[in-house]
Amino acid sequence: MKVSLFVTCLTDLFAPDVGMAVVKTLEHFGCSVDFPASQTCCGQPAFNNGFHADARELARRMIRVFENSDYIVTPSGSCCAMIRDHYVHLMQPDAAWEQKAAEFAARTYEYVEFLTKVLKVDLSKLSLPQEKTFTYHYTCHLRGLETTGDPCINLLKQIRNARFVPLEKAEQCCGFGGTFAVKYSDISRAMVMDKVNCGNKTGAQEMIVNDGGCAMNIGGACHRNGATFIPRHVALVIAEAIEHAAAAANSEKIAPGEQYSGGAS
Amino acid sequence: MSHAPVSSAAERPESGKPRRLALPVFHPDFLSEAHAASADAGLHDALDNSVTKKDYGRRDSLAELPDADGLRELAGRIKRHTLDHLDYYLELLEKNVLAAGGQVHFAHDNAEANRIVIDIARRTDSRLVVKSKSMVSEETQLNEALTEAGIEPLETDLGEFILQVDHDHPTHLVMPVIHKRAADIGRVFEKYFKAPFTEDPQTLAEMARVYLRKRFNEADMGVSGVNFAIAETGSIVLCTNEGNGRMCTSRPRIHVAIMGMEKVIPAWEDLPVFLKLLARSASGQALTQYTNIITGPRRGGERDGPEEFHLIIMDNGRSRILTGEYRDTLRCIRCGACLNACPIYRKVGGRSYGSVYPGPIGSLLTPLFNGLESHKHLPMASSLCGACFEACPVKINIPEMLITMRKDLVETGVVSGPERLIFRIWSWTLTRKWSYRAGQIFQRLVLRRLRKPDGWITHMPGPASGWTEVRDFPAPPRHDFRSRYAQYRRDNSHPADRRESERVKNA
Repeated sequence: MKVSLFVTCLTDLFAPDVGMAVVKTLEHFGCSVDFPASQTCCGQPAFNNGFHADARELARRMIRVFENSDYIVTPSGSCCAMIRDHYVHLMQPDAAWEQKAAEFAARTYEYVEFLTKVLKVDLSKLSLPQEKTFTYHYTCHLRGLETTGDPCINLLKQIRNARFVPLEKAEQCCGFGGTFAVKYSDISRAMVMDKVNCGNKTGAQEMIVNDGGCAMNIGGACHRNGATFIPRHVALVIAEAIEHAAAAANSEKIAPGEQYSGGAS
Repeated sequence: MSHAPVSSAAERPESGKPRRLALPVFHPDFLSEAHAASADAGLHDALDNSVTKKDYGRRDSLAELPDADGLRELAGRIKRHTLDHLDYYLELLEKNVLAAGGQVHFAHDNAEANRIVIDIARRTDSRLVVKSKSMVSEETQLNEALTEAGIEPLETDLGEFILQVDHDHPTHLVMPVIHKRAADIGRVFEKYFKAPFTEDPQTLAEMARVYLRKRFNEADMGVSGVNFAIAETGSIVLCTNEGNGRMCTSRPRIHVAIMGMEKVIPAWEDLPVFLKLLARSASGQALTQYTNIITGPRRGGERDGPEEFHLIIMDNGRSRILTGEYRDTLRCIRCGACLNACPIYRKVGGRSYGSVYPGPIGSLLTPLFNGLESHKHLPMASSLCGACFEACPVKINIPEMLITMRKDLVETGVVSGPERLIFRIWSWTLTRKWSYRAGQIFQRLVLRRLRKPDGWITHMPGPASGWTEVRDFPAPPRHDFRSRYAQYRRDNSHPADRRESERVKNA
C-alpha cells in the first residue's frame, strides 16, 4: 500500500522523531511510504484566524502537492481535521476545486485512524521492554473524524507491557488552540494546568496524544511546572514496541520481518 | 443567503440619540474579566462540580437513548425547516393562539416587548408580576422596565430570585446563579430576610419557598418564557424543575408569555423530539420535573388558569440573523449544554462573556445582536476544540461559525494592520518550498539561540511571549524531519525498491 506522509510544519521543525516514527511504523506494517518534499503547511493557522484567502492559497497548494497520492497520512489530528472538515467549504463557490478538495479529504487520514481503519493492524504480538503505564488525552480535533480516543486506547492496550490508566476530563481541551495559547495565555494557562494536574493524578508515566500541538503545549507546561508524566505522541510508543520486538527477534536469531510482519495486508 | 458581515446595522447608532443595545451588556471588558476568572481556582472547582458534572450527566443520559445522534440530527432538521419557513409557522402560531382565546403581540425589539408587558399590566391594573425563568426577559431587561413603570416584578425561580435580591445577573443559561456558592447565598438571604446566617441549601431554599408562596397569591400577572411554541395547536411549552412556572402561569389573573421568534416548532408530534433532548442536554435528566403545555387562557367551566393569555413574539435582531450566514444560531433551544462542555467557560465563568448569553453560543449571539466591534474577543477566545458542537442537541456547528466570524473580523477591518501583515508574510512564505525551508531554518537558528542548556526556551520574544508566560517552549532539534528523512532514505533503500529488486532477483 502506497502512503504519502503529510508531516505538518510543526512536526517537521519541532518533532522530527514523531515523523520518523510514523514512517518506520507504517513501513513495518507493509506500507511503502513517500514524502512529497514540496509540502509546507495546510493553512490552518490562517484559516482559524480568519485569513481565509491566505488559507485557500495554501489549501490549493496542498491538494496539488498530494495530487498523485493514494493515501495521505498525518500524525496531527488538527491538520487532518483542517483538510477533512474545512477544505471543501473553503473552496466554495469554485465547484472544480470543491470537487478536488472533497477527493483529497477522502484520501486523508490521521495516523491512528489509518492504522485502525485502513491497515487494521494487530499490535498484540508487540511488547514494550518493560511495563509502562500510559494515559490518553483525547485530541480535540479528532472529534469530527469519528475516531475519538477509544480506538487509540484500544490499539495501545494490545501492546504487551502497556498498562492504561484513565485520565480525568480526558476530553477537555488542553488549551493549545494555535494562536489561542499566545493571545489568551491566561485562559490557556488555566486549561493546560488542569490537564497537567489531571495527568499527575493518574500516576501514568506517559500521556499519549495524537497531535503535535497538544504535545508541545502540555510538554511545555510539564517542563515549566514539573510533572510526573511526559506527553508523547502515539507513533513513538508504537515505534518503541516495534523496535523492541525487532531487537528481541534478532537476539532469538529469527529473521526480522518474519515474526512481526503486522496485520497489514 | 446574503453574506453581509456581522457588524452591519447593529453597529451604527441612529443620529444623535444613544442606542439601546439588543442585548444588555453587564461586563464589557472581556479581557480583564477573563484574566481575573482564569486565576480563580475556587471558581474552577465550583464550575467543575456543577457544569462539568452536568456535561457527564448529559452524555450518560443521552447514551440511554437508542439513537441519540439520530435524534439530534432530527431535532436540527426540524429547527432548520422551521427557520426556512418561519413566516408561515409564526402566522400559523398566531392563528391558533387566537383560536384558543389568547392574544398575540409582535415586538420589533426589546423595548417594544417591555412596553407591551407594561401596557397589559396597566390595563389590567396589575401591581405585582411574578416571573418564571425566561432568558428573553433578561434580554429585554423586563424587571428594570417594570420597576421604572411602578410595577413590582418578582422572580420566582430560586436562582433568579437570588440574583434579583442581590442585584446580580445570570451567568449560565439554565443555572443562573452558578457563580455563587452556598455561603454567598446565605449572606444574601441573611440581609434580605433579616434572618440568621445559614449556608444549608435546604434551609435557604425553604426560606425562599415560604416567601414566594405568599407572594404568588398576591400576584396579578405571571410572566413566563417559552421553551417551545407549537404552531399547529397554538400551545406554549414550559419546562421547569421547581414548579414555579406552573404557579406563575395558573395562579395570577393574567399570563404573559414572551418568546424569541425562533422558538416556534411546527407540530405537536415534533415536541417529543425536543423534550427528549432538552432536559438530557441541560442537566442529564430524562425530563424536567414539570412540563407544562398551555393552550390559551382559562376556558368556560374550568376552575384554574388565567383570565387572559398573551403571547409576545419578539424579533430584536433575529430576522436580521435569519437572513445571514449565522441562521443556524437561531436553532438554539437554550439548554446550556455547550456551556457545560466548554473548557473555556469552565475557566472564565459566565460573567466574562459580558452579556445575558454566555458560553460558546453566547460568543456568537452577543456579537450578532450587538455588533462585532465591541465584542471582538468573543469569537477569538476559543481554542475551537469542538466540544460545543459535539454537545449541541440541535447540532449547531458553533466552532465553524466562530471561524466565519473571525473572517468577518478580518474583512471588516477590526483585526489590526500588523496582524494582517504577519499573516500575509507567513502565507507567502509557505506557498513556496524554498522560502518555507528558509523560514524553518531561520526559526531553528533563532530558537536554538534562545534555548537554555536543557533545550527549552523560557522567554519568547515579541508576540510569542504569551506562550512563555505560561509554559516553556521547546527548541527545535538540530535536524528537522525532512533532513532526517532524506538521511534515512540514503541509509535504507526504499522497502518498495527493495521488494522490487528482490522480485527481479527471484524472477
